[in-house]
Amino acid sequence: MDGADRSGLLVDDVSMVFTLPGGGSVHALKNVTMNLASGELLSVLGPSGCGKTTLLNIIAGFLAPTEGAVFLNGHQVTGPAAERGMVFQQGALFEWLDVRKNISFGPRMMGKSKREWGPKVDHLLEIVGLKDFGDKPVYQLSGGMQQRVALARCLANDPDVILMDEPLGALDALTREKMQGLVLQLWKETGKTIVLITHSVEEALFLGERLIVMAPRPGRIHREYHLPFAEQGLTISPREIKASPEFIEKREEILSMIWEMEEEIMGGATQ
Amino acid sequence: MTDMTPKRPLRPTAAKQKQPSSLAMWLGIADNSFTRQKTVKFGDATAVNSGRLYGIITVAFLLLLWWVAGANGWIKPIYWPSYEAVGTRLTKLWNEGFRNVPLLEHVAISVYRVLAGVFFGALIGIPLGFAMGLSSVAKGLFDPIVEFMRPIPPLALIPLFILWLGIDETAKISLLFLAALFIMIIAARSGVSGVKISKVHAAYSLGASKLQVLKNVILPNALPEIFTGIRTAMGVCWGTVVAAELVAAEKGVGSMIMIAKNFLQTDTVVIGIIIIGIIGYGIEMIMRLLERWLVPWRGKG
Ligand SMILES: Nc1ncnc2c1ncn2[C@@H]1O[C@H](COP(=O)(O)OP(=O)(O)O)[C@@H](O)[C@H]1O
Ligand SMILES: [Mg+2]
Repeated sequence: MDGADRSGLLVDDVSMVFTLPGGGSVHALKNVTMNLASGELLSVLGPSGCGKTTLLNIIAGFLAPTEGAVFLNGHQVTGPAAERGMVFQQGALFEWLDVRKNISFGPRMMGKSKREWGPKVDHLLEIVGLKDFGDKPVYQLSGGMQQRVALARCLANDPDVILMDEPLGALDALTREKMQGLVLQLWKETGKTIVLITHSVEEALFLGERLIVMAPRPGRIHREYHLPFAEQGLTISPREIKASPEFIEKREEILSMIWEMEEEIMGGATQ
Repeated sequence: MTDMTPKRPLRPTAAKQKQPSSLAMWLGIADNSFTRQKTVKFGDATAVNSGRLYGIITVAFLLLLWWVAGANGWIKPIYWPSYEAVGTRLTKLWNEGFRNVPLLEHVAISVYRVLAGVFFGALIGIPLGFAMGLSSVAKGLFDPIVEFMRPIPPLALIPLFILWLGIDETAKISLLFLAALFIMIIAARSGVSGVKISKVHAAYSLGASKLQVLKNVILPNALPEIFTGIRTAMGVCWGTVVAAELVAAEKGVGSMIMIAKNFLQTDTVVIGIIIIGIIGYGIEMIMRLLERWLVPWRGKG
Protein backbone atom coordinates (compact mmCIF):
# COMPACT_ATOMS: atom_id res chain seq x y z
CA MET A 1 0.00 0.00 0.00
CA ASP A 2 1.47 3.28 -1.10
CA GLY A 3 0.92 5.55 1.92
CA ALA A 4 1.77 2.95 4.47
CA ASP A 5 5.07 4.44 5.48
CA ARG A 6 4.12 8.03 6.18
CA SER A 7 3.14 9.62 9.46
CA GLY A 8 -0.37 10.87 10.03
CA LEU A 9 -3.73 9.34 9.19
CA LEU A 10 -4.41 7.77 5.82
CA VAL A 11 -7.82 6.55 4.70
CA ASP A 12 -6.94 4.50 1.65
CA ASP A 13 -9.69 3.87 -0.88
CA VAL A 14 -12.19 2.75 1.71
CA SER A 15 -15.56 1.34 0.71
CA MET A 16 -18.26 0.00 2.97
CA VAL A 17 -21.24 -2.01 1.85
CA PHE A 18 -23.79 -3.09 4.44
CA THR A 19 -25.66 -6.20 3.42
CA LEU A 20 -29.19 -5.96 4.73
CA PRO A 21 -30.82 -8.96 6.42
CA GLY A 22 -33.73 -9.00 3.97
CA GLY A 23 -31.43 -9.00 0.94
CA GLY A 24 -30.21 -5.86 -0.76
CA SER A 25 -27.37 -3.68 0.38
CA VAL A 26 -26.45 -0.13 1.33
CA HIS A 27 -23.37 1.43 -0.18
CA ALA A 28 -22.48 3.56 2.84
CA LEU A 29 -19.03 4.58 1.59
CA LYS A 30 -17.50 4.41 -1.87
CA ASN A 31 -13.78 4.83 -2.56
CA VAL A 32 -13.11 7.33 0.17
CA THR A 33 -9.49 8.44 0.26
CA MET A 34 -8.07 11.10 2.48
CA ASN A 35 -4.91 12.03 4.15
CA LEU A 36 -4.42 13.87 7.37
CA ALA A 37 -1.06 15.16 8.51
CA SER A 38 -0.18 15.01 12.17
CA GLY A 39 -1.75 17.96 14.01
CA GLU A 40 -4.39 18.79 11.42
CA LEU A 41 -7.99 19.48 12.30
CA LEU A 42 -10.44 18.10 9.78
CA SER A 43 -14.16 18.63 9.94
CA VAL A 44 -16.53 16.40 8.02
CA LEU A 45 -19.91 17.66 6.93
CA GLY A 46 -22.74 16.16 4.97
CA PRO A 47 -26.45 15.39 4.92
CA SER A 48 -27.53 12.69 7.32
CA GLY A 49 -27.06 9.17 6.02
CA CYS A 50 -24.03 10.06 3.89
CA GLY A 51 -21.74 7.77 5.87
CA LYS A 52 -20.02 10.14 8.30
CA THR A 53 -20.49 7.92 11.33
CA THR A 54 -19.54 4.85 9.32
CA LEU A 55 -16.32 6.53 8.22
CA LEU A 56 -15.45 7.52 11.78
CA ASN A 57 -16.24 4.03 13.07
CA ILE A 58 -13.89 2.58 10.48
CA ILE A 59 -11.10 4.96 11.50
CA ALA A 60 -11.77 4.16 15.16
CA GLY A 61 -11.50 0.47 14.32
CA PHE A 62 -15.04 -0.49 15.36
CA LEU A 63 -15.87 -1.54 11.78
CA ALA A 64 -13.72 -3.22 9.16
CA PRO A 65 -14.23 -1.70 5.72
CA THR A 66 -15.38 -4.05 2.96
CA GLU A 67 -12.60 -2.61 0.79
CA GLY A 68 -9.52 -0.50 1.42
CA ALA A 69 -7.76 0.18 4.69
CA VAL A 70 -6.90 2.85 7.25
CA PHE A 71 -3.34 3.55 8.32
CA LEU A 72 -2.11 5.55 11.28
CA ASN A 73 1.58 6.47 11.30
CA GLY A 74 2.29 3.68 8.87
CA HIS A 75 0.53 0.77 10.55
CA GLN A 76 -2.85 -0.57 9.58
CA VAL A 77 -5.85 -0.04 11.83
CA THR A 78 -7.48 -3.36 12.71
CA GLY A 79 -9.40 -2.53 15.89
CA PRO A 80 -9.92 0.09 18.57
CA ALA A 81 -6.82 1.23 20.45
CA ALA A 82 -5.74 3.95 22.82
CA GLU A 83 -3.88 5.78 20.03
CA ARG A 84 -7.27 6.76 18.57
CA GLY A 85 -9.52 8.44 21.17
CA MET A 86 -13.26 8.90 20.71
CA VAL A 87 -15.63 11.63 21.84
CA PHE A 88 -19.25 10.61 21.30
CA GLN A 89 -22.28 12.83 21.05
CA GLN A 90 -23.50 11.98 24.52
CA GLY A 91 -24.26 9.16 26.89
CA ALA A 92 -20.86 7.54 26.59
CA LEU A 93 -19.64 8.58 30.04
CA PHE A 94 -19.63 5.96 32.78
CA GLU A 95 -22.42 7.13 35.06
CA TRP A 96 -21.33 4.86 37.94
CA LEU A 97 -18.03 6.75 38.23
CA ASP A 98 -17.38 10.29 39.39
CA VAL A 99 -15.79 12.89 37.13
CA ARG A 100 -12.23 12.15 38.18
CA LYS A 101 -12.62 8.39 37.76
CA ASN A 102 -14.13 8.93 34.33
CA ILE A 103 -11.21 11.07 33.23
CA SER A 104 -8.62 8.70 34.66
CA PHE A 105 -10.30 5.65 33.10
CA GLY A 106 -7.76 5.25 30.29
CA PRO A 107 -4.61 5.55 32.41
CA ARG A 108 -6.11 3.24 35.05
CA MET A 109 -6.92 0.59 32.44
CA MET A 110 -3.33 0.75 31.25
CA GLY A 111 -2.17 -0.02 34.77
CA LYS A 112 -0.71 3.39 35.52
CA SER A 113 -0.43 4.39 39.15
CA LYS A 114 -2.32 7.26 40.70
CA ARG A 115 0.98 9.08 41.12
CA GLU A 116 1.28 9.12 37.34
CA TRP A 117 -2.24 10.13 36.38
CA GLY A 118 -3.21 12.20 39.44
CA PRO A 119 -1.51 15.48 38.44
CA LYS A 120 -2.49 15.05 34.80
CA VAL A 121 -6.16 14.60 35.66
CA ASP A 122 -6.06 17.64 37.94
CA HIS A 123 -4.53 19.65 35.13
CA LEU A 124 -7.22 18.50 32.68
CA LEU A 125 -9.97 19.32 35.16
CA GLU A 126 -8.52 22.79 35.33
CA ILE A 127 -8.33 23.19 31.55
CA VAL A 128 -11.92 22.13 30.93
CA GLY A 129 -13.12 24.28 33.83
CA LEU A 130 -14.31 21.51 36.12
CA LYS A 131 -11.80 21.95 38.93
CA ASP A 132 -14.45 21.87 41.66
CA PHE A 133 -16.42 19.01 40.15
CA GLY A 134 -13.88 16.16 40.34
CA ASP A 135 -15.81 14.27 43.00
CA LYS A 136 -19.27 14.78 41.51
CA PRO A 137 -21.09 11.90 39.85
CA VAL A 138 -21.24 12.69 36.12
CA TYR A 139 -25.03 12.45 35.99
CA GLN A 140 -25.26 15.55 38.15
CA LEU A 141 -23.54 17.66 35.51
CA SER A 142 -25.18 19.62 32.70
CA GLY A 143 -24.87 18.43 29.10
CA GLY A 144 -22.07 20.89 28.32
CA MET A 145 -20.11 19.88 31.41
CA GLN A 146 -20.53 16.22 30.52
CA GLN A 147 -19.03 16.82 27.09
CA ARG A 148 -16.12 18.60 28.73
CA VAL A 149 -15.59 15.49 30.86
CA ALA A 150 -15.70 13.40 27.67
CA LEU A 151 -13.02 15.63 26.10
CA ALA A 152 -10.85 15.43 29.20
CA ARG A 153 -11.28 11.66 29.40
CA CYS A 154 -10.06 11.36 25.85
CA LEU A 155 -7.11 13.68 26.39
CA ALA A 156 -6.03 11.94 29.59
CA ASN A 157 -5.02 9.02 27.42
CA ASP A 158 -2.83 11.18 25.18
CA PRO A 159 -4.08 9.67 21.89
CA ASP A 160 -2.45 10.49 18.53
CA VAL A 161 -5.81 11.13 16.89
CA ILE A 162 -9.05 12.36 18.42
CA LEU A 163 -12.24 11.29 16.66
CA MET A 164 -15.41 13.22 17.44
CA ASP A 165 -18.87 12.22 16.21
CA GLU A 166 -21.10 15.27 16.57
CA PRO A 167 -19.69 15.93 20.03
CA LEU A 168 -21.60 19.17 20.47
CA GLY A 169 -24.75 18.08 18.65
CA ALA A 170 -26.88 17.73 21.75
CA LEU A 171 -25.94 21.07 23.31
CA ASP A 172 -27.89 24.31 23.24
CA ALA A 173 -26.62 27.03 20.91
CA LEU A 174 -24.83 29.12 23.53
CA THR A 175 -23.09 26.23 25.25
CA ARG A 176 -22.17 24.96 21.83
CA GLU A 177 -20.34 28.17 20.87
CA LYS A 178 -18.40 28.11 24.10
CA MET A 179 -17.45 24.49 23.57
CA GLN A 180 -16.24 25.25 20.05
CA GLY A 181 -13.82 27.71 21.60
CA LEU A 182 -12.65 25.02 24.00
CA VAL A 183 -12.09 22.50 21.21
CA LEU A 184 -10.04 25.05 19.31
CA GLN A 185 -7.99 25.90 22.36
CA LEU A 186 -7.33 22.25 23.18
CA TRP A 187 -6.33 21.57 19.60
CA LYS A 188 -3.78 24.38 19.70
CA GLU A 189 -2.42 23.42 23.11
CA THR A 190 -2.11 19.71 22.51
CA GLY A 191 -1.33 19.69 18.78
CA LYS A 192 -3.53 16.63 18.31
CA THR A 193 -4.82 15.40 15.00
CA ILE A 194 -8.58 15.79 15.13
CA VAL A 195 -11.40 14.49 12.93
CA LEU A 196 -14.64 16.19 13.83
CA ILE A 197 -18.00 15.22 12.41
CA THR A 198 -20.77 17.75 12.58
CA HIS A 199 -24.00 18.59 10.85
CA SER A 200 -23.60 22.28 11.60
CA VAL A 201 -22.11 24.14 8.64
CA GLU A 202 -21.02 26.97 10.89
CA GLU A 203 -19.24 24.62 13.26
CA ALA A 204 -17.52 22.79 10.42
CA LEU A 205 -16.29 26.08 8.95
CA PHE A 206 -15.19 27.55 12.23
CA LEU A 207 -13.32 24.52 13.56
CA GLY A 208 -12.00 22.85 10.43
CA GLU A 209 -8.61 23.77 9.14
CA ARG A 210 -9.72 21.44 6.44
CA LEU A 211 -13.30 20.66 5.63
CA ILE A 212 -14.68 17.71 3.73
CA VAL A 213 -18.23 17.80 2.43
CA MET A 214 -19.62 14.34 1.81
CA ALA A 215 -22.43 13.37 -0.55
CA PRO A 216 -24.82 10.45 -0.06
CA ARG A 217 -25.77 7.36 -2.06
CA PRO A 218 -23.14 6.15 -2.17
CA GLY A 219 -21.34 8.03 0.60
CA ARG A 220 -18.34 9.78 -0.94
CA ILE A 221 -16.20 12.87 -0.68
CA HIS A 222 -17.88 15.65 -2.62
CA ARG A 223 -15.60 18.63 -2.04
CA GLU A 224 -12.72 19.64 0.11
CA TYR A 225 -11.82 23.07 1.47
CA HIS A 226 -8.83 24.57 3.21
CA LEU A 227 -10.01 27.22 5.62
CA PRO A 228 -8.37 30.04 7.56
CA PHE A 229 -10.98 30.40 10.30
CA ALA A 230 -9.68 27.88 12.82
CA GLU A 231 -6.29 29.55 12.74
CA GLN A 232 -7.90 32.98 13.14
CA GLY A 233 -10.05 31.70 15.96
CA LEU A 234 -7.01 31.47 18.17
CA THR A 235 -6.58 35.24 18.14
CA ILE A 236 -9.81 36.82 16.89
CA SER A 237 -13.09 36.41 18.74
CA PRO A 238 -15.37 33.68 17.38
CA ARG A 239 -18.33 36.06 17.03
CA GLU A 240 -16.27 38.38 14.89
CA ILE A 241 -15.07 35.60 12.63
CA LYS A 242 -18.54 34.17 12.16
CA ALA A 243 -19.80 37.64 11.20
CA SER A 244 -17.06 38.29 8.65
CA PRO A 245 -18.01 38.44 4.93
CA GLU A 246 -15.64 35.60 3.96
CA PHE A 247 -17.16 33.34 6.58
CA ILE A 248 -20.70 34.16 5.54
CA GLU A 249 -19.91 33.65 1.89
CA LYS A 250 -18.45 30.19 2.51
CA ARG A 251 -21.34 29.31 4.77
CA GLU A 252 -23.93 30.15 2.15
CA GLU A 253 -21.99 28.32 -0.54
CA ILE A 254 -21.84 25.13 1.45
CA LEU A 255 -25.39 25.43 2.70
CA SER A 256 -26.75 25.62 -0.85
CA MET A 257 -24.51 22.72 -1.83
CA ILE A 258 -25.97 20.54 0.91
CA TRP A 259 -29.42 21.85 0.19
CA GLU A 260 -29.09 20.65 -3.42
CA MET A 261 -28.01 17.22 -2.24
CA GLU A 262 -31.00 16.99 0.04
CA GLU A 263 -33.31 17.96 -2.81
CA GLU A 264 -31.75 15.32 -4.99
CA ILE A 265 -32.41 12.74 -2.29
CA MET A 266 -36.02 13.81 -1.96
CA GLY A 267 -36.30 13.36 -5.73
CA GLY A 268 -37.80 16.78 -6.21
CA ALA A 269 -40.51 16.00 -3.68
CA THR A 270 -39.91 19.39 -2.11
CA GLN A 271 -41.39 21.12 -5.21
CA MET B 1 -51.21 63.15 27.56
CA THR B 2 -52.39 60.91 30.32
CA ASP B 3 -55.71 60.78 28.52
CA MET B 4 -54.06 59.09 25.56
CA THR B 5 -52.79 56.02 27.41
CA PRO B 6 -55.12 53.08 26.88
CA LYS B 7 -56.75 51.92 30.05
CA ARG B 8 -55.64 48.58 31.38
CA PRO B 9 -58.56 46.42 32.35
CA LEU B 10 -58.95 46.32 36.09
CA ARG B 11 -57.35 43.22 37.44
CA PRO B 12 -59.40 41.31 39.92
CA THR B 13 -57.68 41.90 43.23
CA ALA B 14 -58.59 38.57 44.66
CA ALA B 15 -57.60 38.04 48.25
CA LYS B 16 -54.21 36.35 48.34
CA GLN B 17 -54.75 32.64 48.51
CA LYS B 18 -54.13 31.17 51.91
CA GLN B 19 -51.28 28.66 52.10
CA PRO B 20 -52.58 25.28 53.15
CA SER B 21 -50.87 23.89 56.24
CA SER B 22 -48.17 21.30 55.84
CA LEU B 23 -50.39 18.90 57.77
CA ALA B 24 -53.08 19.32 55.13
CA MET B 25 -50.55 18.59 52.42
CA TRP B 26 -49.20 15.55 54.28
CA LEU B 27 -52.73 14.24 54.62
CA GLY B 28 -53.31 14.80 50.92
CA ILE B 29 -56.34 17.05 51.36
CA ALA B 30 -54.38 19.96 49.84
CA ASP B 31 -52.07 19.88 46.83
CA ASN B 32 -48.49 21.07 47.04
CA SER B 33 -47.69 24.56 45.80
CA PHE B 34 -46.64 23.34 42.37
CA THR B 35 -49.71 21.27 41.68
CA ARG B 36 -51.95 24.08 42.94
CA GLN B 37 -50.87 26.25 40.03
CA LYS B 38 -51.70 23.60 37.46
CA THR B 39 -54.89 24.16 35.53
CA VAL B 40 -54.81 20.73 33.92
CA LYS B 41 -54.99 18.07 36.61
CA PHE B 42 -57.16 15.31 35.22
CA GLY B 43 -54.82 13.09 33.18
CA ASP B 44 -51.67 14.42 34.84
CA ALA B 45 -50.45 11.55 36.99
CA THR B 46 -48.09 13.83 38.92
CA ALA B 47 -51.04 15.91 40.07
CA VAL B 48 -52.44 12.97 42.05
CA ASN B 49 -51.34 13.38 45.67
CA SER B 50 -50.93 10.75 48.39
CA GLY B 51 -54.56 10.89 49.53
CA ARG B 52 -53.22 9.80 52.89
CA LEU B 53 -56.29 10.87 54.84
CA TYR B 54 -58.43 8.44 52.87
CA GLY B 55 -55.89 5.71 53.49
CA ILE B 56 -56.14 6.35 57.20
CA ILE B 57 -59.92 6.26 56.94
CA THR B 58 -59.81 2.91 55.14
CA VAL B 59 -57.57 1.32 57.76
CA ALA B 60 -59.56 2.81 60.63
CA PHE B 61 -62.79 1.60 59.09
CA LEU B 62 -61.51 -1.96 58.69
CA LEU B 63 -60.17 -2.05 62.25
CA LEU B 64 -63.44 -0.65 63.56
CA LEU B 65 -65.45 -3.18 61.60
CA TRP B 66 -63.29 -5.94 63.02
CA TRP B 67 -63.84 -4.64 66.52
CA VAL B 68 -67.61 -4.18 66.16
CA ALA B 69 -68.01 -7.55 64.52
CA GLY B 70 -66.08 -9.21 67.33
CA ALA B 71 -67.87 -7.37 70.12
CA ASN B 72 -71.32 -8.17 68.74
CA GLY B 73 -70.54 -11.72 67.77
CA TRP B 74 -71.39 -11.14 64.12
CA ILE B 75 -68.86 -13.69 62.93
CA LYS B 76 -68.10 -17.02 64.52
CA PRO B 77 -64.58 -16.91 66.09
CA ILE B 78 -63.67 -19.96 64.06
CA TYR B 79 -63.99 -17.91 60.86
CA TRP B 80 -62.45 -14.72 62.15
CA PRO B 81 -61.18 -14.06 65.69
CA SER B 82 -61.93 -11.03 67.81
CA TYR B 83 -59.34 -8.44 68.83
CA GLU B 84 -59.10 -9.91 72.29
CA ALA B 85 -58.53 -13.41 70.99
CA VAL B 86 -55.75 -12.22 68.71
CA GLY B 87 -54.16 -10.19 71.52
CA THR B 88 -54.27 -13.08 73.98
CA ARG B 89 -52.95 -15.50 71.39
CA LEU B 90 -50.15 -13.19 70.38
CA THR B 91 -49.00 -12.84 73.99
CA LYS B 92 -49.17 -16.59 74.38
CA LEU B 93 -47.25 -17.21 71.15
CA TRP B 94 -44.64 -14.66 72.16
CA ASN B 95 -44.15 -16.19 75.59
CA GLU B 96 -44.53 -19.88 74.85
CA GLY B 97 -43.91 -20.14 71.14
CA PHE B 98 -45.92 -22.34 68.81
CA ARG B 99 -45.57 -26.08 69.27
CA ASN B 100 -42.47 -25.60 71.44
CA VAL B 101 -40.77 -23.39 68.85
CA PRO B 102 -40.45 -19.68 69.67
CA LEU B 103 -42.47 -17.41 67.40
CA LEU B 104 -39.36 -15.55 66.26
CA GLU B 105 -37.75 -18.83 65.27
CA HIS B 106 -40.67 -19.61 62.98
CA VAL B 107 -40.20 -16.24 61.35
CA ALA B 108 -36.41 -16.49 61.25
CA ILE B 109 -36.38 -19.91 59.60
CA SER B 110 -38.67 -18.69 56.80
CA VAL B 111 -36.50 -15.62 56.24
CA TYR B 112 -33.38 -17.76 56.33
CA ARG B 113 -34.76 -20.08 53.63
CA VAL B 114 -35.54 -17.10 51.40
CA LEU B 115 -32.10 -15.56 51.88
CA ALA B 116 -30.37 -18.87 51.19
CA GLY B 117 -32.43 -19.49 48.07
CA VAL B 118 -31.85 -16.01 46.69
CA PHE B 119 -28.16 -16.15 47.56
CA PHE B 120 -27.54 -19.37 45.64
CA GLY B 121 -29.86 -18.27 42.85
CA ALA B 122 -27.84 -15.09 42.40
CA LEU B 123 -24.54 -16.93 42.75
CA ILE B 124 -25.34 -19.20 39.81
CA GLY B 125 -27.84 -17.03 37.95
CA ILE B 126 -25.76 -13.87 37.52
CA PRO B 127 -22.77 -15.54 35.81
CA LEU B 128 -25.16 -17.59 33.66
CA GLY B 129 -27.11 -14.51 32.65
CA PHE B 130 -23.86 -12.72 31.84
CA ALA B 131 -22.69 -15.62 29.73
CA MET B 132 -26.00 -15.67 27.86
CA GLY B 133 -25.77 -11.93 27.20
CA LEU B 134 -22.18 -12.17 25.98
CA SER B 135 -21.88 -15.41 24.05
CA SER B 136 -24.00 -17.00 21.35
CA VAL B 137 -23.00 -20.45 22.55
CA ALA B 138 -24.17 -19.84 26.11
CA LYS B 139 -27.31 -18.18 24.81
CA GLY B 140 -28.09 -21.12 22.56
CA LEU B 141 -27.38 -23.68 25.28
CA PHE B 142 -29.51 -22.17 28.01
CA ASP B 143 -32.18 -20.18 26.21
CA PRO B 144 -34.57 -23.13 25.71
CA ILE B 145 -34.37 -24.01 29.41
CA VAL B 146 -34.81 -20.43 30.58
CA GLU B 147 -37.70 -19.73 28.22
CA PHE B 148 -39.38 -22.99 29.21
CA MET B 149 -38.99 -22.40 32.95
CA ARG B 150 -39.90 -18.72 32.86
CA PRO B 151 -43.71 -19.12 32.82
CA ILE B 152 -43.82 -22.03 35.30
CA PRO B 153 -44.75 -20.84 38.80
CA PRO B 154 -42.32 -22.31 41.36
CA LEU B 155 -45.27 -23.65 43.31
CA ALA B 156 -45.99 -26.10 40.51
CA LEU B 157 -42.59 -27.68 41.21
CA ILE B 158 -43.29 -28.45 44.87
CA PRO B 159 -44.67 -31.97 44.26
CA LEU B 160 -41.65 -32.86 42.15
CA PHE B 161 -39.26 -31.58 44.77
CA ILE B 162 -41.01 -33.54 47.48
CA LEU B 163 -40.69 -36.67 45.34
CA TRP B 164 -37.02 -36.06 44.70
CA LEU B 165 -35.75 -34.59 47.91
CA GLY B 166 -38.39 -35.37 50.52
CA ILE B 167 -39.55 -32.64 52.84
CA ASP B 168 -36.34 -31.65 54.49
CA GLU B 169 -34.45 -28.39 54.35
CA THR B 170 -32.65 -29.23 51.10
CA ALA B 171 -35.93 -29.63 49.27
CA LYS B 172 -37.21 -26.22 50.31
CA ILE B 173 -33.99 -24.34 49.69
CA SER B 174 -33.55 -26.05 46.32
CA LEU B 175 -37.04 -24.97 45.33
CA LEU B 176 -36.32 -21.37 46.33
CA PHE B 177 -32.98 -21.53 44.59
CA LEU B 178 -34.72 -22.53 41.39
CA ALA B 179 -37.32 -19.80 41.78
CA ALA B 180 -34.58 -17.19 42.24
CA LEU B 181 -32.29 -18.68 39.59
CA PHE B 182 -34.40 -17.89 36.55
CA ILE B 183 -35.27 -14.44 37.78
CA MET B 184 -31.57 -13.70 38.28
CA ILE B 185 -30.56 -15.16 34.91
CA ILE B 186 -33.09 -13.00 33.10
CA ALA B 187 -32.18 -9.87 35.08
CA ALA B 188 -28.43 -10.29 34.53
CA ARG B 189 -28.92 -11.06 30.85
CA SER B 190 -31.03 -7.98 30.25
CA GLY B 191 -28.53 -5.89 32.24
CA VAL B 192 -25.79 -7.04 29.90
CA SER B 193 -27.80 -6.60 26.71
CA GLY B 194 -28.85 -3.14 27.85
CA VAL B 195 -25.35 -1.70 27.74
CA LYS B 196 -25.02 1.21 25.33
CA ILE B 197 -22.58 0.29 22.60
CA SER B 198 -20.98 3.75 22.79
CA LYS B 199 -19.86 3.00 26.36
CA VAL B 200 -18.25 -0.25 25.30
CA HIS B 201 -16.62 1.47 22.31
CA ALA B 202 -15.39 4.30 24.54
CA ALA B 203 -13.78 1.82 26.92
CA TYR B 204 -11.99 -0.07 24.14
CA SER B 205 -10.80 3.23 22.66
CA LEU B 206 -9.38 4.12 26.04
CA GLY B 207 -7.24 1.02 25.90
CA ALA B 208 -9.30 -1.39 27.99
CA SER B 209 -8.99 -5.15 27.41
CA LYS B 210 -12.00 -7.46 27.08
CA LEU B 211 -11.74 -8.47 30.72
CA GLN B 212 -11.48 -4.83 31.77
CA VAL B 213 -14.55 -3.94 29.71
CA LEU B 214 -16.42 -6.77 31.41
CA LYS B 215 -15.39 -5.68 34.89
CA ASN B 216 -15.45 -1.91 34.48
CA VAL B 217 -18.28 -1.32 32.03
CA ILE B 218 -20.61 -4.27 31.55
CA LEU B 219 -20.79 -5.28 35.20
CA PRO B 220 -21.46 -1.83 36.73
CA ASN B 221 -23.82 -1.08 33.86
CA ALA B 222 -25.83 -4.22 34.70
CA LEU B 223 -25.87 -3.69 38.47
CA PRO B 224 -29.16 -1.75 38.62
CA GLU B 225 -30.93 -4.52 36.70
CA ILE B 226 -29.31 -7.16 38.88
CA PHE B 227 -30.58 -5.32 41.91
CA THR B 228 -34.09 -5.24 40.55
CA GLY B 229 -33.71 -8.98 39.95
CA ILE B 230 -32.70 -9.58 43.57
CA ARG B 231 -35.65 -7.54 44.78
CA THR B 232 -38.07 -9.46 42.58
CA ALA B 233 -36.50 -12.77 43.60
CA MET B 234 -36.88 -11.89 47.28
CA GLY B 235 -40.58 -11.15 46.76
CA VAL B 236 -41.26 -14.28 44.75
CA CYS B 237 -39.26 -16.46 47.17
CA TRP B 238 -41.09 -15.06 50.15
CA GLY B 239 -44.39 -16.05 48.56
CA THR B 240 -42.98 -19.42 47.57
CA VAL B 241 -41.48 -20.27 50.96
CA VAL B 242 -44.77 -19.71 52.70
CA ALA B 243 -46.54 -21.92 50.19
CA ALA B 244 -43.85 -24.59 50.46
CA GLU B 245 -44.13 -24.56 54.23
CA LEU B 246 -47.89 -24.90 53.96
CA VAL B 247 -47.35 -28.17 52.13
CA ALA B 248 -44.58 -29.68 54.16
CA ALA B 249 -42.61 -28.28 57.08
CA GLU B 250 -42.40 -28.38 60.84
CA LYS B 251 -41.10 -24.88 61.29
CA GLY B 252 -41.69 -21.58 59.55
CA VAL B 253 -44.56 -19.13 59.32
CA GLY B 254 -46.28 -21.13 56.60
CA SER B 255 -46.23 -24.34 58.59
CA MET B 256 -47.45 -22.46 61.64
CA ILE B 257 -50.54 -21.34 59.76
CA MET B 258 -51.24 -24.77 58.36
CA ILE B 259 -50.84 -26.60 61.64
CA ALA B 260 -52.90 -23.96 63.46
CA LYS B 261 -55.65 -24.48 60.92
CA ASN B 262 -55.72 -28.18 61.70
CA PHE B 263 -56.36 -27.27 65.34
CA LEU B 264 -58.94 -24.66 64.30
CA GLN B 265 -56.77 -21.95 65.85
CA THR B 266 -58.02 -19.19 63.57
CA ASP B 267 -56.36 -16.49 65.69
CA THR B 268 -52.94 -18.04 65.09
CA VAL B 269 -53.71 -18.28 61.39
CA VAL B 270 -54.57 -14.57 61.26
CA ILE B 271 -51.46 -13.64 63.21
CA GLY B 272 -49.37 -15.68 60.78
CA ILE B 273 -50.94 -13.93 57.80
CA ILE B 274 -50.25 -10.52 59.30
CA ILE B 275 -46.63 -11.49 59.98
CA ILE B 276 -46.23 -12.67 56.37
CA GLY B 277 -47.55 -9.35 55.12
CA ILE B 278 -45.32 -7.29 57.38
CA ILE B 279 -42.14 -9.25 56.58
CA GLY B 280 -42.85 -9.16 52.84
CA TYR B 281 -43.34 -5.42 53.02
CA GLY B 282 -40.21 -5.05 55.15
CA ILE B 283 -38.09 -7.00 52.65
CA GLU B 284 -39.30 -4.77 49.80
CA MET B 285 -38.54 -1.59 51.76
CA ILE B 286 -35.06 -2.74 52.79
CA MET B 287 -34.23 -3.69 49.22
CA ARG B 288 -35.38 -0.31 47.93
CA LEU B 289 -33.20 1.46 50.49
CA LEU B 290 -30.21 -0.71 49.61
CA GLU B 291 -30.83 -0.01 45.95
CA ARG B 292 -30.88 3.74 46.40
CA TRP B 293 -27.69 3.48 48.42
CA LEU B 294 -25.75 1.01 46.28
CA VAL B 295 -26.76 1.93 42.71
CA PRO B 296 -27.58 5.65 42.85
CA TRP B 297 -26.83 5.97 39.14
CA ARG B 298 -29.83 3.81 38.16
CA GLY B 299 -31.54 5.30 35.11
CA LYS B 300 -29.08 8.19 34.88
CA GLY B 301 -27.10 6.87 31.88
N1 LIG C 1 -25.14 -1.45 10.71
C1 LIG C 1 -25.71 -0.99 9.58
N2 LIG C 1 -26.45 -1.83 8.81
C2 LIG C 1 -27.04 -1.39 7.68
N3 LIG C 1 -26.96 -0.13 7.23
C3 LIG C 1 -26.25 0.75 7.93
C4 LIG C 1 -25.60 0.38 9.17
N4 LIG C 1 -24.98 1.48 9.67
C5 LIG C 1 -25.23 2.47 8.79
N5 LIG C 1 -25.99 2.05 7.76
C6 LIG C 1 -26.44 2.85 6.60
O1 LIG C 1 -25.31 3.48 6.06
C7 LIG C 1 -25.61 4.80 5.68
C8 LIG C 1 -24.68 5.78 6.37
O2 LIG C 1 -24.96 5.82 7.74
P1 LIG C 1 -24.18 6.76 8.76
O3 LIG C 1 -22.74 6.49 8.61
O4 LIG C 1 -24.76 6.55 10.11
O5 LIG C 1 -24.53 8.21 8.21
P2 LIG C 1 -24.35 9.63 8.92
O6 LIG C 1 -23.57 9.45 10.17
O7 LIG C 1 -23.68 10.47 7.90
O8 LIG C 1 -25.73 10.14 9.18
C9 LIG C 1 -27.07 5.04 6.01
O9 LIG C 1 -27.83 4.86 4.85
C10 LIG C 1 -27.37 3.97 7.01
O10 LIG C 1 -28.71 3.59 6.93
MG1 LIG D 1 -24.03 9.97 12.25
